[in-house]
Amino acid sequence: MVEKKQSNDNLEIKIKVVDLNFYYGNVQSLFNISMDIYARRVTAFIGPSGCGKSTFLRVLDRMNDIIDGTRVEGKVLVDNEDIYQEKTNVVKLRKKVGMVFQKSNPFPKSVFENVAYGPRIHGIRSKQALDEIVNKSLVRAGLWEEVKDRLNDNAMDLSGGQQQRLCIARALAVEPEILLMDEPASALDPKSTTRIEDLIRELQIEYTIIIVTHNMQQAARVSDYTAFFYEGRLIEFGNTKRIFTKPKEERTEEYITGRFG
Amino acid sequence: MTVKFLEKIMYHFLRAVTYFIVMVIGYIIFDIVWKGFPTVNWEFLTGFPRSSGAEGGIFPAIVGTFYLVIGTLLFSLPIGIASAIYLSEYARQNKFTQAIRLAIITLAGVPSIVFGLFGLGLFVIFLKLGASIISGSLTLSCMVLPTIIVSSEESLRAVPRSFREASLALGATKWQTIRKNVLPYSLSGMLTGSILGIGRAAGETAPILLTVAAFFLPRLPRSIFDQVMALPYHLYVLATQHPEANKILHMQYGTAFVLLILVLGLSVGAMILRSHFRKKYRW
Repeated sequence: MVEKKQSNDNLEIKIKVVDLNFYYGNVQSLFNISMDIYARRVTAFIGPSGCGKSTFLRVLDRMNDIIDGTRVEGKVLVDNEDIYQEKTNVVKLRKKVGMVFQKSNPFPKSVFENVAYGPRIHGIRSKQALDEIVNKSLVRAGLWEEVKDRLNDNAMDLSGGQQQRLCIARALAVEPEILLMDEPASALDPKSTTRIEDLIRELQIEYTIIIVTHNMQQAARVSDYTAFFYEGRLIEFGNTKRIFTKPKEERTEEYITGRFG
Repeated sequence: MTVKFLEKIMYHFLRAVTYFIVMVIGYIIFDIVWKGFPTVNWEFLTGFPRSSGAEGGIFPAIVGTFYLVIGTLLFSLPIGIASAIYLSEYARQNKFTQAIRLAIITLAGVPSIVFGLFGLGLFVIFLKLGASIISGSLTLSCMVLPTIIVSSEESLRAVPRSFREASLALGATKWQTIRKNVLPYSLSGMLTGSILGIGRAAGETAPILLTVAAFFLPRLPRSIFDQVMALPYHLYVLATQHPEANKILHMQYGTAFVLLILVLGLSVGAMILRSHFRKKYRW
């Protein structure tokens, strides 16, 4: 595991959320959320099911746009730029903000084609460049050694844990700066989960990572900062160690000690 | 009467009904093969009809039906698939799209003779295309469009939403996502459904009766604006319009046999295509 530097003086704000409200039709599901996400740190979103943490995650790369009738109020600044402006280039935003989903969802193509999909979309044609990107991404996702002889095999033939790391490699291949992970290990066995967690720690050196998780120990293990959501509101946000040892809010304490959730 | 006895009766009853259906289909096929196959020889397949179809072959009708199937494919496939993509991927679910869907389902239930009349009015007379291959193909296209749209939409919806999400999350545009990550997986289903629909259209008589089919035209068409003979209509003519219809039963059965083989061939082709793609893409 990579040692983390926790000095506060090199903290750089990557994402700034100001007074965010979110609506599914007439139903409001996020209320007045304001928070800062720090660059090259792991931030965990925790909270009971339906608390809005996944919805909030999807606000950050505008993935809710594809659902009819959703509406956002407030500001989300990524690198000081509001991503909910009229002129925002959503394609560019999603290239910068990668996403890994709860259920691993490789495409029914070869391992190589899965990773090369994003770069191809963004105009990279040369076989040599693609080879390089695929290799680099698989190495960074810690999958290269296992699949280097199986690049042309169908991705569906990989194990569940391998599939999820392939999805991470696929996301890394478009050179994102931020990585959103929606319960990336919830469908995996303990061994694969450990691998993903180690990987998150390694990736944190280069990427800003936000991970939604149901697993309290996981949040405590992998994250530097933790945000606790409850009923669409951000109840508490702070240093993970502090949140798990001295929570300020009663609700947070009840949740992390397992009294509800 | 015990419950167990009733159970037994129902089981045998339902089984008998199913067997009955299979028997009817089997009998029809057997009858056509038995009486039609002996007629089929090289001259029958490649010769031109003589004495109003009582002698000679059915080559112009085979060619005509072949042209109509190709024409129908060319018109209906792009339009049907494009509308299916719009309905499944772009259109919001609201009153308007519900109305469109209702219209499509209604269209599927319109009797084929009505399509024939519509084709006569629009393509033959109003657009001045005359009784021609193009009018007939367009009319048949209108008739099979609902089948193509519905089956294409179904195969688009069968592609998991997560593929679309993953692609969009990588910064792909909607169209890139559809083209590279939805269509390739649904194309086989679309083609299968469409070919089955067109196979049915190949056997239709009413729509082509008013828009393209020639009563007796012992030559091949010269252009797409020419009339053609077609197998189903030729069969109708031989069976009902020929002065000595009951003496040329073998010609009728021969024609029916060829038509059956053609339609079955399309269905089998569609099934082979589907199983081929199923092996290629699975999830």
